[in-house]
Amino acid sequence: MGTRNPVTWLGSPTFPEAARTALADTQLRRNLRNATTTIRGRRAQAVGELPDWERLRRAGEAIKDDVLHHLDRYLEQLEAAVTARGGVVHWARDAAEANDIVLRLCGDAREVVKVKSMATQEIGLNEALAAAGVHAVETDLAELIVQLGDDRPSHILVPAIHRNRSEIREIFRAAGLGPASDDPRVLAEAARAHLRRKFLSCEVAVSGANFAVADTGSVVVLESEGNGRMCLTLPRKLITVMGLEKVVPTWQDLEVFLQLLPRSSTAERMNPYTSTWTGVTPGDGPEEFHLVLLDNGRTATLADPVGRQALRCIRCSACLNVCPVYERTGGRSYGSVYPGPIGAILTPQLVDDPHDEQAASLPFASSLCGACFEVCPVRIDIPSVLTHLRARAVEAKGRSAESVAMAAAAWVFASASRYEKAQKLGSLARLFAHDGRISWLPGPGAAWTSSRDAPVPAREPFREWWRKNRG
Amino acid sequence: MADARAEILGRVRAALRDKPDTPPVVRDYVRTGDASVELLADRIAHYRATVHVVTPDEVVPLLAERLAGKRIVVPDGLPWDVPGVTALRDPLTVEELDRADGVLTGCAVAIAQTGTIVLDGGPGQGRRALTLLPDHHVCVVRSDQIAGTVPEALERLDPLRPLTFISGPSATSDIELDRVEGVHGPRRLEVLVVT
Repeated sequence: MGTRNPVTWLGSPTFPEAARTALADTQLRRNLRNATTTIRGRRAQAVGELPDWERLRRAGEAIKDDVLHHLDRYLEQLEAAVTARGGVVHWARDAAEANDIVLRLCGDAREVVKVKSMATQEIGLNEALAAAGVHAVETDLAELIVQLGDDRPSHILVPAIHRNRSEIREIFRAAGLGPASDDPRVLAEAARAHLRRKFLSCEVAVSGANFAVADTGSVVVLESEGNGRMCLTLPRKLITVMGLEKVVPTWQDLEVFLQLLPRSSTAERMNPYTSTWTGVTPGDGPEEFHLVLLDNGRTATLADPVGRQALRCIRCSACLNVCPVYERTGGRSYGSVYPGPIGAILTPQLVDDPHDEQAASLPFASSLCGACFEVCPVRIDIPSVLTHLRARAVEAKGRSAESVAMAAAAWVFASASRYEKAQKLGSLARLFAHDGRISWLPGPGAAWTSSRDAPVPAREPFREWWRKNRG
Repeated sequence: MADARAEILGRVRAALRDKPDTPPVVRDYVRTGDASVELLADRIAHYRATVHVVTPDEVVPLLAERLAGKRIVVPDGLPWDVPGVTALRDPLTVEELDRADGVLTGCAVAIAQTGTIVLDGGPGQGRRALTLLPDHHVCVVRSDQIAGTVPEALERLDPLRPLTFISGPSATSDIELDRVEGVHGPRRLEVLVVT
């Protein structure tokens, strides 16, 4: 691998380190807990309304597996269909190549409008464009909040979930949008006024894609605000950047995903706007359409028979909202555009570099409780992939602190007298306790207690007590 | 530099060397459902859109009552002539669309289960920008255009046309998950369902 893969943020600490900082931020934890609790309840209700939810999940899983197992065929079919309808297809091996293609397509434009897109975040498109003098304007309200606050997103679907209304008002005020109050209505109105002029005048738009249909060449974007519709229809030129795995075989397959995605993500029966377009339509929408097919670690992920199921992901974010680890640490602790349980398995695979310590720490950012698998609309077995990737990370690292500790434990357990001595030593740990909890241990124990308390060992080992009283 | 397309397809084929098998897709989920006017009206109202259930004779009087004195974008192919309305006809610039008071359209299909209307650019619907820039969208749905479920709706649609699925007015939940109607798209959606 030549250049660094921007799926992870440059200079981010490993997960345990970032999590420790986040855990100390009570405002962040409160914002997150309120949001995830609300959305969990709403989602359960939206899903409970459909008697065939399990059957839809199984169909979604099967369609996505079919796509992955015949990906070469479906990509060729998609390319032929898009080309036949007047679109242009480009192939990008990595982030740098994708950014170069988009930059070249921007031509003389100094400003482009963008609808929120995970793929373009993953390749660091905004930064690459800025370096070449092109300003990319994020038009999704939450994305705009993140961009104006010079911040990083913390959620796949609600990137500014870590911000409350007064923080958002401050960000808008500093950027000169001047909202008169922190009422969400007033804040949304300020964003509307700020972006309207750009929508009406911009020549080039950049989008992601939720799905692309191989047999028709249709591309699909789901959104709520109408900024997506603006980007897809008003500018003269539309550039869509899409991960390879977003292809679905047939138009009929959308009937499954148009039911699974809205209910899993925003807990709605349907999101306010879904747009589909097939090539270009004279007199309606852009005159030029370019589709950039992005690899950037996807084929490497596909090569792992256990890990490849991560590519089934439709980016609904349901797994984030149920994850007890995400709820406490927030999305930015993952140091990647893909946070939460799906990020913990997707990011290390897309990065595909065993020496990237930050990415390698992500499979450990989980309690393996399994809630993420239960809500996943395409049945990605995240816990199994997590343990698989943990094993890979430990192997790549050689003798880690954890494997050293395990080897020491085996040595202690192998002899009765060593075990008893160790128990007495364990009682010494009481010296570190407050109120019956140990929140800090020295040495190797620190890794355990940095983010959780340990129970205090008994004053007297059971074996010793038995010998004195009953022996 | 090798051709990116050839290299990526080569990587895909190499990645699948274990010849993974794919079980067939079982489509035993619900395909048909209640396509009633009542269900559609109920579901649209749930998105905080305005819904009127009317007979064919009531359409024009109701439109006149709602839109009189306004400058309304009217695409070609609509069968109603609404008295008192200044009809704006394409071609219009984006600035003219932005200044209009509203837009009146028909639709291609509606989905009762989800409360969705779908526009495909056919007669009475116009190009996509017409229903995007004006702040008030009034849409008339005939009862024979109602499909029960998402699968039934997709079957009726032509994927080669530019399609817009609309479920309620523009909305955001980005600030503390508070739903606010109207960010960039129309802030008011008004649907007439004709029995």
